[in-house]
Amino acid sequence: MSDLLLVLKPGSYTTIQDLGRYGYQDIGVPVSGAVDQFAARSANVLLGNPESAAVLECTVIGPTLAVLREADLAVTGADMEIRLNSKTIPAWSSFRVEPGDFLRLKQVKSGCRTYLAVSGGFDVPLVMGSRSTCVTGGFGGIQGRSLRKGDFLPAVGGPLLSNEQALPSELIPAAKQDDLLLRVVAGPQDHLFSRGLETFLGSPYRISARADRMGYRLEGPIIRRDPEAEQSIVSEPSLPGNVQVPADGQPIILLVEQTVGGYTKIATVISPDLSRLAQALPGQEIRFQTVSLEEARLAYQENEKHIQRLRETLTEPRN
Amino acid sequence: MENTIYSEPRFRAVGDRGLLVEYGDSIDPVLNRKVRTVAQLCRTDPPPGLIEVVPAYRSLQLIYDPLQSDPPSLEGHLRSLEDRLDSISPPPARTVTIPVCYGHEFGPDLSVVAERNALSQEETVRLHSQAEYLIYMLGFTPGFPFLGGLDKRLHTPRRETPRTTVPEGSVGIANGQTGIYPLSSPGGWQLIGRTPLRLFDPEQEEPVFYKPGDNLRFAPISRDEYLQLTEGGDHV
Repeated sequence: MSDLLLVLKPGSYTTIQDLGRYGYQDIGVPVSGAVDQFAARSANVLLGNPESAAVLECTVIGPTLAVLREADLAVTGADMEIRLNSKTIPAWSSFRVEPGDFLRLKQVKSGCRTYLAVSGGFDVPLVMGSRSTCVTGGFGGIQGRSLRKGDFLPAVGGPLLSNEQALPSELIPAAKQDDLLLRVVAGPQDHLFSRGLETFLGSPYRISARADRMGYRLEGPIIRRDPEAEQSIVSEPSLPGNVQVPADGQPIILLVEQTVGGYTKIATVISPDLSRLAQALPGQEIRFQTVSLEEARLAYQENEKHIQRLRETLTEPRN
Repeated sequence: MENTIYSEPRFRAVGDRGLLVEYGDSIDPVLNRKVRTVAQLCRTDPPPGLIEVVPAYRSLQLIYDPLQSDPPSLEGHLRSLEDRLDSISPPPARTVTIPVCYGHEFGPDLSVVAERNALSQEETVRLHSQAEYLIYMLGFTPGFPFLGGLDKRLHTPRRETPRTTVPEGSVGIANGQTGIYPLSSPGGWQLIGRTPLRLFDPEQEEPVFYKPGDNLRFAPISRDEYLQLTEGGDHV
């Protein structure tokens, strides 16, 4: 393990994430991990890393970093200008950096989160089986917090690519999403919303300013619970994508930093669509569409095939 | 008490990779014991594609890989467990003791809880520390125990204005619940004391030393003892 990058400016909210921490929700430890799993996995695929290698998740304004040794890097996700010294670098492709280089990820033009992968992945200690940062718990990543100026970021390293890798545009998801339609499976408490489900599916909801890795609060027509249904339920496990409906009838889509909740959940966003939600900013309008479990399974398979196609496209497949 | 358990578990799909399994709809020790037993069986003998099982009060959630499993096969697996449940006991319950310094700067709301319930502060502490609590589940923040068994004479509504920071180790009451904040966080519970123990340590093999199903007791300690136990560091 040796330091690869030095943080000169941390950006607005930059954390180390992998694909999440499973097996500890029974003691209240959330999964954390990259919110846009598709982008995080793609960045690693470009470098021949394991998909679960730790990456930087950069939110809205990216960091400025000094390079301390030679490595390959790749940036995916939101459309954020990438400057290596004075040169602009394309996203969704690999590029070589040398000691003394400066890398700057600027403000997003569209989308919300970018992912920076490095050869071998960032080498922070595994905590409960994952390198993901859990800020509320204060562990994982760099001291359990978002990056600060002066942080050194160690990387595993490994063999460099023999040539630059790039993904064809048809395999890259659009960063700009004017009409964001999220597919949901109804439930687990859709039976308490016999009328409310119609409101939820028939109306646009706007992402409020209260949107972070914990969840996205939405604003729109009030979703009414059935008159005989109780406002809250006995606390039960939650899952990223759950659409909670608290007393005010304004839905909240839960993301990756929560393990239990006592609000009723009208529906659950399917996991491939969470990557698209991860790129949505406050103000963006969302619509919901129900799919059957079978359709949800096919969508999941399609997403895995998409990642497989990325891997096959690259000239230097290593895993 | 048995009638709080459904005769058949109820299954609810949660998106494309979750299955919620309800065994009843109340907060009840017998029901919770069933949930924990099933969770344990799923861990020792996991069905194909299972990623994680998360037990709660009266339900558990299975997280699965949709390429390897689906709700019908998981439901089949759980139904097949039903007959085995009677012959299996959950891990033996332990009793963990949490030292607490009540009042002083550690329990700024002890007087509120006492006054609202027309008790002396000494009586409040006695009632809170003589009970044995069941840990139903952990969640909200890492290591936060949801406890059952708070004496009715101590029930107190939340603070009207939540505190922006509740210090790590604080012991509080909110309506019919009592609990401990393992991490500093915002919170609206009435704070009656604080433990010097570090309840969540991510570096440890077992980051939390108690589990759902364990019993928990609070043991009053003096302010001097509290300070001694935290000397040379934040928490022991």
